[in-house]
Amino acid sequence: MSNRKIRVLVAKPGLDGHDRGAKVIARALRDAGMEVIYTGLRQTPEMIAAAALQEDVDAVGVSILSGAHNTLCPRIVQLLREKGMDNVLVLVGGIVPQEDLPRLKEQGVAEVFLPGTSTEDIVKFLQANVKPRE
Amino acid sequence: MRTMPTKESSRWEEKTLQPALNKRPERKKSFQSVSLEEVERLYTPADVEDLDYERDISFPGEFPYTRGIHPTGYRGKLWTMRQFAGFSTPEETNARFKYLLEQGQTGLSVAYDLPTLMGYDADSPLSEGEVGKCGVAVSSLADMEVLFDGIPLEQVTVSQTINAPASVLLAMYLVVAEKQGARWDKISGTLQNDILKEYIAQKEWIYPIKPAMKLVIDTFGFCTEHVPRYNPVSVSGYHIREAGATAVQELAFTLRDGIEYVQWGVDAGLDVDQFVPRMSFFFNAHNDFFEEIAKYRAARRIWAREMKRRFGSNHERTLQMRFHTQTAGVSLTVQQPLNNIVRVAIQALAGVLGGTQSLHTDAYDEALALPTDRAALIALRTQQIIAEETGVVNTVDPLGGSYFLEALTEKMEQEALEYFRKIDAMGGMVSAIEKGFPQREIQDSAYQYQKAVERGEQVIVGVNKYTMTDQPSEVPILVIDESVRTHQVERLEQTRTGRDAGAVANALDKLKTAAHKHENTMPATIDAVRAYATLGEICSALRDVYGIYEEPAF
Repeated sequence: MSNRKIRVLVAKPGLDGHDRGAKVIARALRDAGMEVIYTGLRQTPEMIAAAALQEDVDAVGVSILSGAHNTLCPRIVQLLREKGMDNVLVLVGGIVPQEDLPRLKEQGVAEVFLPGTSTEDIVKFLQANVKPRE
Repeated sequence: MRTMPTKESSRWEEKTLQPALNKRPERKKSFQSVSLEEVERLYTPADVEDLDYERDISFPGEFPYTRGIHPTGYRGKLWTMRQFAGFSTPEETNARFKYLLEQGQTGLSVAYDLPTLMGYDADSPLSEGEVGKCGVAVSSLADMEVLFDGIPLEQVTVSQTINAPASVLLAMYLVVAEKQGARWDKISGTLQNDILKEYIAQKEWIYPIKPAMKLVIDTFGFCTEHVPRYNPVSVSGYHIREAGATAVQELAFTLRDGIEYVQWGVDAGLDVDQFVPRMSFFFNAHNDFFEEIAKYRAARRIWAREMKRRFGSNHERTLQMRFHTQTAGVSLTVQQPLNNIVRVAIQALAGVLGGTQSLHTDAYDEALALPTDRAALIALRTQQIIAEETGVVNTVDPLGGSYFLEALTEKMEQEALEYFRKIDAMGGMVSAIEKGFPQREIQDSAYQYQKAVERGEQVIVGVNKYTMTDQPSEVPILVIDESVRTHQVERLEQTRTGRDAGAVANALDKLKTAAHKHENTMPATIDAVRAYATLGEICSALRDVYGIYEEPAF
């Protein structure tokens, strides 16, 4: 097992520009010793999947507050899997109604972090769930 | 003001305070505001000894307006209760507007969906999943006609939260008013149209900063001449605060944005005392009660002084800052959502004690979704209870003269002026934004706050203290169906089929020419809207001329 640092793509899909959460998470993950790549705003699922592949990440953290999560998140998962990134975890953070959680998880989202989540919990989740590489 | 003799305070510390501390130490070493600013144990006349009543505080309705712009406060007129609303189709939002007016609301405020905010039509591939979600979907004049159907625009003032494509939505509003038979010189309302805070915080931009500023100045020029009672900008600190700024950063960046617009207007040949009186402001009302009240009072004082100092104005309306307030969406919690009703009431009270001209109170379910009818109604009733039951409206600036509040007002003014000096040294706000200065300051504050919450130093009830594992109060939430997009796309198709294609192409060409020649783009925008050119088509014509903004990595 290598000492490779956990690499995370923090992604902001959809049209909304609220990037406070994405930037706070990016900094917290960096402070926890991970390598973080932030996509910037308004990335399509295709752009996010391409960036995940190019950056060879272990996880994609999707930040979304506009209500478009049901459309965008499953597509991101699907595109990652199509590109062979079977082990890349997809985490979602933002305003997501409770009712939508089971369906997002069925569609391959590893975890949804709702408002009020501590950044430490997200760090711990990644440390526990990213699959070690050969 | 009279100073408490140092001898007296030393005596108090020795005889009264120290024995009390010996018996029971204070709960914490340091007491901090929500902006992580240290708050002292006690404020006394010594803290306000440098303040002069006439010079710094003065009477309400008199320079520097610390105690408010109206000599009678709310005894003459209450603030306008203006609830921000918009979701789904123009038909549904029109019904919500009528409902709110029937319930005693006194002004309207339109929330547009993200495609509209970004200048895309409902049928753009980029709009997928977003139509009608965060606000009402408007792609052309046809939608705007439905949105204001049966709402007399000569009588009701309407505020529109729209920025990058603001000139287009203003044009639609003016054409709808005209079709109702309302006269442009009679109608009033407010266009947010504050593009600077988009680059700083809210991040719904289209064009690069300089042409975007030119579009803002075009609306100033046009409204001054043709729609003189309309407020073409609402310089907004709200979003700056929501993005993580401290109260001082909100104050400083918002007012410095305001100064930047005035400078650009002056540079474009406008007369300060003609257009500045129609500029309005928009602040957040966050949790820290006194810090917020001090912020509003400092804002009025700084604005009056800066308009005099920088632009040599002595015109009362130029010096008087008028502002709207909205309670802090970012302070609302998903956990135990009914607690949000209490937060909103206290925040709203701060706005009122700060002398706001209009107020939006958030609904308790807004950390979950857009508000339901029931939640929106309680939010409005909260304002009505403050206005009618608490008695805080009976006297002007009831907290004026408080040692703590006056000292805090003064401290925040000085700290904001320190930011002004930094931004001026960078060459103004446009340059500071290009350098990423306010963006970095805000990001840093957001991170520090998050860490303070995680360390438990900042308490959020129901989130990091008094938590409950079983959430007892599930609240119903508003769900926006994907069928909204289908409905909107259908109307868009009908609009495109029913219009004169040649007239549309012609109008869009004329708009591009006006943009190329640096003429005022408003007349050509209005003509394009009249021909039923869509929002997407108009913005795309301007994109061809101006290009698009790419955010550098900060």
